[in-house]
Amino acid sequence: MRSIPFATIKEKVKEVCIETNYILGEDVIKSLQRALDQEESPLGREILNQLIENARIAREEKIPLCQDTGLAVVFVERGEEVFIDGGSLVDAINQGVRMGYEEGYLRKSVCHPFTRKNTGDNTPAIIHYDLVAGDRLKINFCAKGGGSENMSRATMLKPSDGLVGVEDFVVKRVWEAQANPCPPIIVGVGIGGTMERAAFLAKKSLLRKVGEESNDCGLAEMEKRLLKKINELGIGPAGLGGRSTALAVHVLMEPCHIASLPVAVNINCHSSRHGEILL
Amino acid sequence: MIKKIHLEPPLKRNELEALTIGDNVLISGVIYTARDTAHRRMIELLDKGEPLPFDISGQIIYYVGPTPSRPGRSSGSAGPTTSYRMDAYAPRLIEVGLRGMIGKGPRSSEVIEAMKKWGCVYFGATGGAGALLSLAIKKAEIIAFEDLGPEAVRRLEVKDFPVIVINDVRGNDLYKDNVEKYKRK
Repeated sequence: MRSIPFATIKEKVKEVCIETNYILGEDVIKSLQRALDQEESPLGREILNQLIENARIAREEKIPLCQDTGLAVVFVERGEEVFIDGGSLVDAINQGVRMGYEEGYLRKSVCHPFTRKNTGDNTPAIIHYDLVAGDRLKINFCAKGGGSENMSRATMLKPSDGLVGVEDFVVKRVWEAQANPCPPIIVGVGIGGTMERAAFLAKKSLLRKVGEESNDCGLAEMEKRLLKKINELGIGPAGLGGRSTALAVHVLMEPCHIASLPVAVNINCHSSRHGEILL
Repeated sequence: MIKKIHLEPPLKRNELEALTIGDNVLISGVIYTARDTAHRRMIELLDKGEPLPFDISGQIIYYVGPTPSRPGRSSGSAGPTTSYRMDAYAPRLIEVGLRGMIGKGPRSSEVIEAMKKWGCVYFGATGGAGALLSLAIKKAEIIAFEDLGPEAVRRLEVKDFPVIVINDVRGNDLYKDNVEKYKRK
């Protein structure tokens, strides 16, 4: 067994909450720059320039990129030989989130579904666990905004709907979302598994760096085709018309039941905030 | 150079009528923040015949829940939240005097009808540009529903806060017109 101190995990989670909310990833900035180079709409170009400027201001003046500093969504890959010394992993993550959102002047956006009473510390985090071989602990963090999450959907298609049915569902979802999820968006697509697995895959696909394609050639082709179709919709930056509706489409796929064709679309706004911790 | 129109609430009838979709507007003066739960509470106050936390006539509501301000700063990050969630409440507020709303994303036909009937304008601010937009906020203070935390109603003093007219008092819609222009058929 390899021992990792509880306090180290807590501290790293705190840091990643703060850093991702202030510093937009190079991959996202580059993709915004590429969108700017290709954008035909003058208003669309103005919006893209504002977003690039926003990232500079956030970094230099220490103001969060977006007021919606998100729900803390965490993907854990825990090696089977890892022992957490001094407490549980779930507590380390939640305490890290609590400290990060407090010390980083981040917004607490978690509340009771009906009373709408705020939990006050942005916990509980949404944590997905994966047990893997080895003695490492990998934690992927995303600050996931509510506006783009609200525009996400899952459905159970019929096997006969096939590839065409899946692509139609994805494109229709983006069309219906219009300006709401803060375009240019990143479209995460999960295909297969079960209802909840498809949604999980859709969200997990968003962890990939923007601009990197799937390592499955068939899925990489599908991503390109979907991106082209989505960027023909005309929604554009901020939904004010233009070519750049999506910066990327990411697809993850797994086998499913002989009766089913589950598909989920998880939309991320342009402020795609992700960070990785490897211990 | 794109022409910028300067506005300061309370907004007057002639100023509202002069606005057209696509106009770039810089707002200065006082605006109020309210989002989901604050809207629900304001409607509850109206239902009980009680006064709203501020005199709404001619005013602008900004749909935002800012991040906490760092010491020495007038505001935290403060970009718009998605507006359709306020559609259920907006017509009632327009009826009692609201004349401007700032948010992002399309509005329902009921809201657009109320805007036409009473003379109200919907402005769009750039979603996800919270750091940039916060620079136009000179002062922020909570005036109601403090228990709601980020959702509390705030009185903001702004200087040249940049917005664009999405729906004017004639019911035109910038989103619809512009997306149509770039849609490949």
